[in-house]
Amino acid sequence: MNILRSEWTKLRSLRSTWFTAAATVLIGVGIGAVASAGQTRAYPTATAADRAGWDPTAASLTSVTVAQLAIGVLGVLVITAEYATGMIQPSVVAVPRRGRLLAAKAVVFAVVALILGQLIGFTSFLIGQSQFANAGMPHATLDQPDVLRAVVGSGLYLAAVGLLGLGLGTILRSTAGAIGTLVSITLLVRLVAQALPESWAEWMNRYWPTTAGEKIVAVLPVDGALGPWPGFGLLCGFVAVVGAAGYTLLRTRDT
Amino acid sequence: MSDTIEARGLTKRYGDKLAVDGLDLAVRAGLVTGFLGPNGAGKSTTMRLILGLDAPSSGTVTVHGHPYAGLPRPLHTVGALLDAHAVHPGRSAANHLLALARTAGLGRARVDEVLGLVGLADVAGKRAGTFSLGMSQRLGIAAALLGDPPVLMFDEPVNGLDPEGIRWIRTLMRDMAAEGRTVLVSSHLMGEMAVTAQHLVVIGRGRLIADTGIDDFLREHGSESVVVRTDEADRLARVLRRAGGTLEPADDGLRVRSLTARNIGKLAAAEGIALAELTPRRGSLEDVFMALTNDAVEYGVRA
Repeated sequence: MNILRSEWTKLRSLRSTWFTAAATVLIGVGIGAVASAGQTRAYPTATAADRAGWDPTAASLTSVTVAQLAIGVLGVLVITAEYATGMIQPSVVAVPRRGRLLAAKAVVFAVVALILGQLIGFTSFLIGQSQFANAGMPHATLDQPDVLRAVVGSGLYLAAVGLLGLGLGTILRSTAGAIGTLVSITLLVRLVAQALPESWAEWMNRYWPTTAGEKIVAVLPVDGALGPWPGFGLLCGFVAVVGAAGYTLLRTRDT
Repeated sequence: MSDTIEARGLTKRYGDKLAVDGLDLAVRAGLVTGFLGPNGAGKSTTMRLILGLDAPSSGTVTVHGHPYAGLPRPLHTVGALLDAHAVHPGRSAANHLLALARTAGLGRARVDEVLGLVGLADVAGKRAGTFSLGMSQRLGIAAALLGDPPVLMFDEPVNGLDPEGIRWIRTLMRDMAAEGRTVLVSSHLMGEMAVTAQHLVVIGRGRLIADTGIDDFLREHGSESVVVRTDEADRLARVLRRAGGTLEPADDGLRVRSLTARNIGKLAAAEGIALAELTPRRGSLEDVFMALTNDAVEYGVRA
């Protein structure tokens, strides 16, 4: 409990935390609103098949694609800022059981990331749906089946990517290296997968952790993808493996 | 007096470089122990090993009988200042200390106390990145004092301090030791240790060179000598040898040990030998230290 309070003190006492958090929400919600506005222009010219497969909930939550980077960076910085400034040294002297140090960081950051994630998810959803409704398009409400799961899920997804950032930062200890890896995992691999032979691309689309986890924001089933919860479970498992690798390195490495 | 920091066969290897080499160490409570050695001798590495920041390649080191990571209340047991710049520059002094204090269940009241103790109360809300080196050292010392620990370790604490700051740290360390605490302070400056420390641990190339009280150390190594010049060097040499002096040539005269200048003068007068010069020379602590650690370096090269 003491260590949790210590980590919360560290996080809240930096101006950069609040800037990054505010930027994350603004970028997430802003991009979501722009993307939803784009949908209202594209919808009138869409084919009947496209319209049948159109998922207004998922369409309003595309903001997670961009917001995941901002929240991932925040997760990376939770640990790499300590390595960059040397703060890790007094931190480890104060909490020599390093597993507890990392666990406290993870718990405190997870709570913050969840709050930010839910804020982005619900705000994006509500803005998007009102835009769709104003344009006379089909739109979703929270009491429809699976819609609440998708909106809450978008926040869960963002928190998971934030923790992925923390895990990568713990392994790599360098801000630039960890952010580069995070961008590769969340965005680049997806682009590369499109260039791969179809069977590989299908496999990647189904099982690549962030691609699978992202399906939690969809209400309508996506062809060839895992279901929302199994996909999100896969992502959580991946984050846990990365975190465990970081934990092992943190424990055994010289500081 | 019991040993509070104890190392046995402590060894740390970075790649093929041996930073600490089979060090046996016992630091006692109630004294300021000066941890002395040239830059790169392994002082900081030894302190990192004591704090569990780095793991030893072999050997053990304990504080109050526990490896550091096994201490039930680390902040209440050991206070350490290794690197004054190891602070997030964007965090205020008070928040930096509060984050560390929280790990030991301490709060703002204790943070305010230590800030007052080190004279930083007025800048508690300022970001640590704006601090001068001297203020950073004080902040690091405040962090070390948070848990009111019986063991204190400072790595080169006077580096970059103004004279007033240096006097402050010296007094602080001596007061802490007088309260029965263990104080281990490293330096590469022998003169600094001579005025601060009561006990000396000297290392060179990661190996122990001396582990002794400062007075014994000076008696043993800081030997006085007298330089004499005369036209009758051979006759004077015979007289001085008979009186128990040890001689060696120096400049264009003789360096005499084991006899005082007063005695040499009397002996020369009794024999009617005219002296052109009679000068007592006290080997400075820096000389002694340089000689000792150079030996260690040369020995290491030959081995």
